[in-house]
Amino acid sequence: MTNTKPPFWRDDRFWRIAGQLIAVVLALAIVAILWINLNRNLQQLGIQFGFGFLNQQASFDIGETPIAYQPTDSYSRALWVGLINSLRIAVLGIVFTTIIGVMAGIGRLSDNWLVRNIMLVYVEVFRNTPLLLQLLFWYFAVFLSFPKIENQISLWGFLSFSQNGITTPWFNLSPEFAALLLGLTFYTGAFIAEIVRGGISSVPKGQWEAARSLGLKPSIIMRLVILPQALRVIIPPLTSQYLNLTKNSSLAIAIGYPDLYFVASTTFNQTGKAVEVMLILTLTYLTLSLTISLIMNLFNRRVQIRER
Amino acid sequence: MRKLTLILGTSLIFATTACGGNTAQTTNPSNTSADRWDTVKNRGQVICGVSGEVPGFSFVGTDGKYSGIDVDICRAVAAALFDNPDAVEYRNLNAKERFTALQTGEVDILSRNTTWTLSRATSVGLEFAPVVFYDGQAIMVRKNSNIKSLADLKDKAICVQTGTTTEQNLADQMRKRGITYKPVVFEDVNVTFATYAEGRCEAVTADRSALVSRRTTLPKPEDNVILDEVISSEPLAPAVAKGNTKWRDTLTWVVYALIKAEELGINSQNVGQLATSNDPDVKRLLGTEGNLGEGLGLTNDFAAKAIKHVGNYGEIYDRNLGPKTKLNLPRGQNQQWTKGGLLYSPPFR
Repeated sequence: MTNTKPPFWRDDRFWRIAGQLIAVVLALAIVAILWINLNRNLQQLGIQFGFGFLNQQASFDIGETPIAYQPTDSYSRALWVGLINSLRIAVLGIVFTTIIGVMAGIGRLSDNWLVRNIMLVYVEVFRNTPLLLQLLFWYFAVFLSFPKIENQISLWGFLSFSQNGITTPWFNLSPEFAALLLGLTFYTGAFIAEIVRGGISSVPKGQWEAARSLGLKPSIIMRLVILPQALRVIIPPLTSQYLNLTKNSSLAIAIGYPDLYFVASTTFNQTGKAVEVMLILTLTYLTLSLTISLIMNLFNRRVQIRER
Repeated sequence: MRKLTLILGTSLIFATTACGGNTAQTTNPSNTSADRWDTVKNRGQVICGVSGEVPGFSFVGTDGKYSGIDVDICRAVAAALFDNPDAVEYRNLNAKERFTALQTGEVDILSRNTTWTLSRATSVGLEFAPVVFYDGQAIMVRKNSNIKSLADLKDKAICVQTGTTTEQNLADQMRKRGITYKPVVFEDVNVTFATYAEGRCEAVTADRSALVSRRTTLPKPEDNVILDEVISSEPLAPAVAKGNTKWRDTLTWVVYALIKAEELGINSQNVGQLATSNDPDVKRLLGTEGNLGEGLGLTNDFAAKAIKHVGNYGEIYDRNLGPKTKLNLPRGQNQQWTKGGLLYSPPFR
């Protein structure tokens, strides 16, 4: 018997490529089946698929409009307003929740009994109650309990509190916006606190001792020695929390803050374009999340140990 | 970059699965040439989408039972089909969920103070039955607020529920009159009125009947007034999903039967005796003459069953919205055409 080459299906390299091809074909087939199915069902219901409705007049009002908007504008304009409202919450929320979370996380490790335990209570209370409940609490129990607009509380002549929100000469925070921002900030902050605490605890004790023996002040030890090393552990789970905050902002609908999801659901309700609106929503939130992931991954790469 | 495309692609698949799967699963029963009518008949029960939160229209009482004019429409249909007004399963739907629930076949009838509009009948894919309540949009304010008309609402906050024609009418009317205002919009009707009650909004707007009805649930009903200005016409009608002609016909003619019965003076008390009446109109409606019910696939006495169990339109109105109820809404436009109202049933012939 001569030693012939084995047939191609016994070849590992063949299957490596074929396996991927089969997976792609299967995936495409599933998409095609779903697409055909969707179209057939929509046809039966007498509903046409298409994004033409985006140019129609929206004819509903939005409470908070960071860019100029009128009911005579198109649905796409309304969705932009919603997106910008979402971004306002996401960006400010991420900034504030990081500050709160890092402070609470460090506080959890404080030598001071009172600070340590206050932070413990904060983390456990906010981490273990539903976010929706907290949002409703902030909205109804905090911001709507402010005095009526006629007898608003004024502080130092330029800061005033009333049921219309927090007013300053420069900007006005509506109760809906403020409640959503605080709710998301404190809820996510509790999780970040635990991540930060875990990150700091993961730095070997020797690092503390070495830094102390150099005579560095505690604040400098934290800032220059411990945190940079802790960040390597902190960043990946922190990214998840930023993503959570961004996606959780869609709970705005419960307290009447016109974010993207809110405007989109009004749009879908008025036009009946459920599938189209869901596609837009999915892709938008996906893009937002992927952007945050990308930025955080770049940042993560910078703080990782570079082998020299 | 390739990785990114892959991620995007995969998520798209999931996205379409989520939407596609849903429609596929629920519409399949109805696509085999069948009409919703057969589905309901085979099931032996009507699934009825209601609000459940508007006293007088659909509301869950302390005894856990549903009542209201919207509920009675569903009961009348069940009575006509099965001779049993309790063969109804209720699903509470909010303003946003209601159309999807009907489109996907989760409910058979949407009887949920829904305004009949052109776009809902076309692009949303509903088929409306006759109007069961002629309404109009109004605005409620606090008595001590000194707001007397729409113009007084300039720069004021107005609470409104999303996904309603109310939201659009408000925008239209205020634009027309050049009044700027601050909409505070909620998805949930309870939150809408709770926020108004807390004082966040100077006014709250909804259909007039809904305001009257929700006012009874406010902490101090007497401190709130409804402005006289009515800013829109809101014909409220039950609906079915498009493409179910037979089912739509059944709902339509049950509603007309209730209206016709009141016109002819037939009610739940005398319906038994009147079956032997000499009036051919009465006999045809009650099915003792002719075979009108068969045309709908029902028994000829379908109207008699509905009237016997649920009463005629007038009885339904009085029971839920009439002077003996907390709401005490005058009949107004919702009176028979013979008495100057808008209720008019085509002939049963």
